[in-house]
Amino acid sequence: MSKFRKKGGKGLQKINTSSLPDIVFMLLFFFMVATTMRETEIQVRVKVPEATEVKKLEKKSLVSYIYIGRPIAHVARMYGTEPLIQLNDKLVSEEGIPYEAIQDFVLFEREKLPEADKSKMVISMRVDQDISMGKVDDVKQSLRRAKALIINYSAKKEYRNQGRQR
Amino acid sequence: MASRETPEVNGGSLADIAFLLLIFFLVTTTMDTDTGITRLLPPEPDPEQEDVEVKVNKRNVLVVLLNRSDLLMVGGEVMDRLALKDKTIEFFTNPLYKEDLPVMEETEIQFPPGSSSLLPEDGMWRGEVSKGVISLQNDRSTTYGKYLQVQNELVAAVNTLRNDFCNLYFDKDYSELNTNNPIEEEIQLGIRQRYKMNISESEPKSIGGRN
Repeated sequence: MSKFRKKGGKGLQKINTSSLPDIVFMLLFFFMVATTMRETEIQVRVKVPEATEVKKLEKKSLVSYIYIGRPIAHVARMYGTEPLIQLNDKLVSEEGIPYEAIQDFVLFEREKLPEADKSKMVISMRVDQDISMGKVDDVKQSLRRAKALIINYSAKKEYRNQGRQR
Repeated sequence: MASRETPEVNGGSLADIAFLLLIFFLVTTTMDTDTGITRLLPPEPDPEQEDVEVKVNKRNVLVVLLNRSDLLMVGGEVMDRLALKDKTIEFFTNPLYKEDLPVMEETEIQFPPGSSSLLPEDGMWRGEVSKGVISLQNDRSTTYGKYLQVQNELVAAVNTLRNDFCNLYFDKDYSELNTNNPIEEEIQLGIRQRYKMNISESEPKSIGGRN
């Protein structure tokens, strides 16, 4: 029987790890290509609703974001738990209808765009699904006043089981 | 001769470096692409402009109401959200020429000549286009999630109609039309006239106290 026993079979065989860097680099490049940098720190909790008719927002440079939701824990300590509006990266802290803050925000963002694209500005509304429409209506009225009329209700793609009816 | 051999570089730490970079990118990036439903807001009315009573035929309007407890009422009857799409399609097409559904108006729409075998040579489509308008009204206490679901059903209805028309005449999905191509852009504009996205949102009313 000893014929078949390998010499030094007790020691563990070494795994060749020379291809490990290649694999990891591949993963790294995948993530670099497939993702975008997070630009703003979101200070309100937003869980967007689901919808079937969503489309991708094409030109990111034309888009400005308005978030509406209840503040996250450490912000809530300062502002309370009532729903707040966040414009790109700054919170609106004033009470009541924030006409002026939104108007200033729209003007400021529009100024950043090249002349030809100014009329194509898109406001992406990222609103939590449990927020009441009163707050959203206020923002919409402010946007109308600021003449920012193209809005995008942010939503996740919903897949329905029964398929589309034709 | 041994001195000529270049010493091998130790590659053992390369994996560590790559892992470090990988984790950095994992933490600082987001995967989700921005998706959503794009809608146009109506322009703000001129303050000097007087309120004019616009006479709209009652049969041309479908009132969609969302109340404060998220109940949906369509044209006077309580309805489930999933039934709204079919109701909207029926409203916009009026297949049986019912008296209480919108008036259909004879219209001519210009499509690019020769783009479809079902159209005459000059590309002029002749047919009936609905004059229907959907009026969407919500309460201040309606939740946003429900509101968007209803918007979604209305948009889905119009998209389905447009898609069917596009498939029938141009053998293509409506969403696949390429707007950079002038012919396809004209087709898209034509289809938009055929089935208009007539969804009007009322001015918000504040009845009672703030939510």
